Amino acid sequence: MNALAAIAPAGRASADGPPLLAIEDLHVAFSTRGGTVEAVRGVSLSLRAGETLGIVGESGSGKSVTAFAVTRLLDASGRITQGSIRFRGEDIARASAKHLRSLHGAAISMIFQNPRAALNPIRSVGRQIADAIRAHEPVTPGEARARALGLLKAVLIREPEKRLDAYPHELSGGMCQRVMIAMAIACEPALLIADEPTTGLDVTTQKTVMDLLAEITAARGMALILITHDLGLAARYCDRVCVMERGRVVEEARPATLFGAPRHPYTRRLVAASPTATSTIADLAVSETANPAPEEAKEPSPLVGEGWEGGMPPAERGRSTVTGMQGSQAHGGLTPLSLPRGGREEPDSPATALRPAPNQSPGAPLLLECQKLIKRYDRDIVAVAGVSLSLRAGESLGLVGESGSGKSTLSRLICRLIDQSEGDILFDGRSIGAIPARDFHSSEFRKDIQIVFQDPTDSLNPRFSAFDCIAHPLRRLLGMRDGAALSGRVRECGARAGLPADLLERFPHQLSGGQKARVGIARAIACRPRLLVLDEPTAALDVSVQAVILQLLDRLRREDGLGFLFVSHDLNVVRMMCERTIVLQNGAIVEEGESGRVFHHPRSDYARTLVAAVPHFEAGPAA
Amino acid sequence: MTSATLRHTIWILRGNPVTAIAATGALALCVLAIIGPSIVPYDPIASDVPNALQPPSAKYWAGTDQLGRDVFSRLVVAARLDLAIAASAVTLSFALGAVIGSLCGYIGGRLDRYVGRFVDVLMAFPLFVLAMAMVAALGNRVENIVIATAIINLPFYIRFARAEVNVRRNAGWVEAARACGDSHVSVVLRFLLPNVLPAMAVQVSLNLGWAILNAAGLSFIGLGVSAPTPEWGIMVAEGARFISTGKWWLVAFPGLALMLTVLCFNLLGDGLRDILDPRMRT
Repeated sequence: MNALAAIAPAGRASADGPPLLAIEDLHVAFSTRGGTVEAVRGVSLSLRAGETLGIVGESGSGKSVTAFAVTRLLDASGRITQGSIRFRGEDIARASAKHLRSLHGAAISMIFQNPRAALNPIRSVGRQIADAIRAHEPVTPGEARARALGLLKAVLIREPEKRLDAYPHELSGGMCQRVMIAMAIACEPALLIADEPTTGLDVTTQKTVMDLLAEITAARGMALILITHDLGLAARYCDRVCVMERGRVVEEARPATLFGAPRHPYTRRLVAASPTATSTIADLAVSETANPAPEEAKEPSPLVGEGWEGGMPPAERGRSTVTGMQGSQAHGGLTPLSLPRGGREEPDSPATALRPAPNQSPGAPLLLECQKLIKRYDRDIVAVAGVSLSLRAGESLGLVGESGSGKSTLSRLICRLIDQSEGDILFDGRSIGAIPARDFHSSEFRKDIQIVFQDPTDSLNPRFSAFDCIAHPLRRLLGMRDGAALSGRVRECGARAGLPADLLERFPHQLSGGQKARVGIARAIACRPRLLVLDEPTAALDVSVQAVILQLLDRLRREDGLGFLFVSHDLNVVRMMCERTIVLQNGAIVEEGESGRVFHHPRSDYARTLVAAVPHFEAGPAA
Repeated sequence: MTSATLRHTIWILRGNPVTAIAATGALALCVLAIIGPSIVPYDPIASDVPNALQPPSAKYWAGTDQLGRDVFSRLVVAARLDLAIAASAVTLSFALGAVIGSLCGYIGGRLDRYVGRFVDVLMAFPLFVLAMAMVAALGNRVENIVIATAIINLPFYIRFARAEVNVRRNAGWVEAARACGDSHVSVVLRFLLPNVLPAMAVQVSLNLGWAILNAAGLSFIGLGVSAPTPEWGIMVAEGARFISTGKWWLVAFPGLALMLTVLCFNLLGDGLRDILDPRMRT
C-alpha cells in the first residue's frame, strides 16, 4: 500500500506543507454474532487542503466505514483497532468525544447518502442550517438566519427566502441534498466527506448537485472526499481516486491513469464491468469466463447484523464482487438437471452474447401493444398520459426516464398489477386491458407476463426460502404439486439463473444482493413467460454483479426468445440491453427509436439533457 | 428445518436467561393446569370446618381458608380455569383482530376508516368497566368473561395487524406474489399474515398476562366465576375479609400466583419475538 501511495501522482493541490488528513494503517472491526469482522484492514491515504479524493469500491469494500471512522461516527459495535487518523497533524482516532464535537461541522463535515433521511422532518430547513451554525459560533438567531439564507443562495436554491421556512418533505430529493450541502459548508470546514451524495437522485439532478459541490469546494478551498460506487462520477470530479476492495486500498492514481490503464486486477474487473458509452454486453468482461479468486468461490456463511452504516450488512462484505461469478460453475455442475429446451445451455462466451436475438425480424408477430394508456390517481395526478407502444416477440424494448416519469406505473399497468384509467393493452392480439387487475391472477396470460423487481431484497418474501420463492409461481400458475417434478424444475430454473442448488434452502437474508437478484429472475422465468418486464433489475446491485446479471438476462432472452420491457434510469444499460428505446417524461413518450440512435443522436431536448448528464470515464485499452 | 429451529431457540434462550426462566415458568404453569387436579393433596371444594383458617404449615403448605379448604390445592386447581379463560379470550381476539386488521391495512379506504372509528370508540371506554358491563348484560357465566375479555382486547390486535400490514402492502414481494398468480385474498392470508404473526406473538404473550388479571379482576368483584369454584380472583376477594385479623395467607398466595403468572408471560414476550423471527437466524 505504501508503495502504491508513493507511485501515485499527487493531485491538483500538490502544494507543499503537511497533508490535511493522513490516515495510516487504519483497521476497523465490528463485533457481530458470528464473531469479529474486520471491515477496514490497513487503509493508508492522505489528502491535501483543497484536494478532491475519490474512494470507489463496491458494497462491503469498507469505503463508507473508512469515512465513518474519520468522523468517528461508527456505531456501537464498531471500533478502530489499529492505526492513526491525523487531521492537521493531530491524531483524532483517539480524540475525546468533546473534542470531536468541536471538530464536527466546524472542521470536518459529512454529506450523507439519503438526504431526506438525514434531515430532521419536523424542523424547517432554515432552522436546521441555523442550528448547524450556532452549534459552533456564538451568533444571534437573526444572524444565523441571515447566514442560512446566504447559504441557500450559495447552493443555488430557487426562491431561497421562501425555502428557508420549508420543511424537508416539501422539497425534492435534489433540493434536500442541496440543503445538506448548505449545512455541511455552513461553518466553512476544511474537509468535506460526501458518502454517495447522489445515489438515488436522477441523473440530471446528480449532475447539478455534483457540479455545485465541485464549484463550492473549489471556491472555498475545501478538501473533498467523494465516496461512490460510480466510476464515471469519480473520474469526472476527482483529482485522485483510491480503489478499495475488502477493506484495503488496492490502487490509487489520477482518474485518467486509473481508468485508462488499471494495474490491479480488481480495478481492471471493476473498469471492465462498468458500462460506458460504447460498451456492449459482451464487453462487460467480468463475466463467467473470468477466474474468480479461489478463496471466494465458496461463500462464507452469512453474518447477520443490524444497524450498519451505509445500509450494508456484514453479510455483503467481500462477497458481492464474486457472487455472480459462480454462474458457469453452477450450471456446469448441474448439467443433468439443467437441460432447458433440449440442452441448449452452454457457458457464455462473447460469441453467444453477440449473436443476434433469434426472432427479432420485423416480421415477428406483435407480442404486446399498448393503446393510449392513461393512468390517473386521485386528485387528478396523471402518472401515465396516453402512452402507445408495441413490442414484437423476442424483442427488447427499453423504457428510460427519471423519477416521476411514470415508467414504474407503466410497467405495472402492463403486468396487470394495477388498472389503467383509459386505453387498452393487447397481448398476443387479445385485449388483456379489459381484464381487471384484481382478476388477472386467474387469467391464462398471467404466466406469460412476469416481472423482475428493482430491489432484490424487497421482492422476496422474508419467510420463504429461495426454493419456495421459485416454486411459488409453479405451484400457483402451473398447479404443480410438491414432488420430484417440482423440485427438479425449481433446481433447473435456479441453475439457469446461476443459483447453485445448495443455496436454494437459504432464506433471503442469508443471500447476497446478487444471489437474491438471481432468485427473483429464476422465479420470473419459472413458468416460461413470453414477456418479461424488468423494473430496474440491477439498480440496487454492485457494478460487477450488475454486469453478470445483465449477461445472464441477455442469455436467457436469447435462449427463450423472450420479449423484454427493460425499465431503467441507466442509459448505458438500456442501450446495451435493448434494440429499441422509449424516453418517457411526465408520463408521455418524448422520443422513441433504435437504441444506438437515441443515445448517440438524441432528437428531443430532454433526451439530449439525459444523455449529457451521464458521467463517463474514457475506457482505455482495458487489459 | 425443525432441528435448525430448535438450535436457534436454544441459542436465543442461552443468550437471554430471563426468557429461559420465563419460558420454564410458563411451561410449568401449563403443566400444572393440565395435571393439577389429579396431584393436589386435598379436595379443593370439600370443606373441613374444624381445620378452618389454619396458618401455613407442613400439613397445609399455604394454610386453609374459612371453610377449612386447603389453599394450596385450590391455588393449583385454579390455574386451569384462569389459564383457560385467558388463553381462549386471547386466541379469540388474536384471530379476529389479525384478520380484520390485515384486511383494513391491505384494502384501506372506507373499510379502514369505519373499522378505525369503531376501534377508537371501543378504546374510549375504560376497558375494565366495559368488560364489567358486558358480563353483567350477557349473564354471569365463564363464557361471557371470555367474550368480554376478547372484545376489550380486540382493538389492540386490529390496530397492530393493520399497522404491520400497512407498511408491507406495497413491498415488492407482495406485487411478486400477485404476478405469480395470487389473488388479493391469498396475498393477505398466505403472505402478509405469516409475516405479521411473529410481531403479534409478542403481543399475545403480553396480553395473556393481562387477560388473566382481567378475568381475576372480574371474579374479584363478583362477576363471572361463582363462589365454590377455585379461582385466584375469588380467592383474593374472599380472603380480603380476613386480612385485618392477620390471616395474610388467604390473600398473599393467590396474589403471588397471579403476579408470577403475569410476570412470566410478560417476560416471555420479548424472547418469543427473537425466536419466531427468521431474520434473526444465521
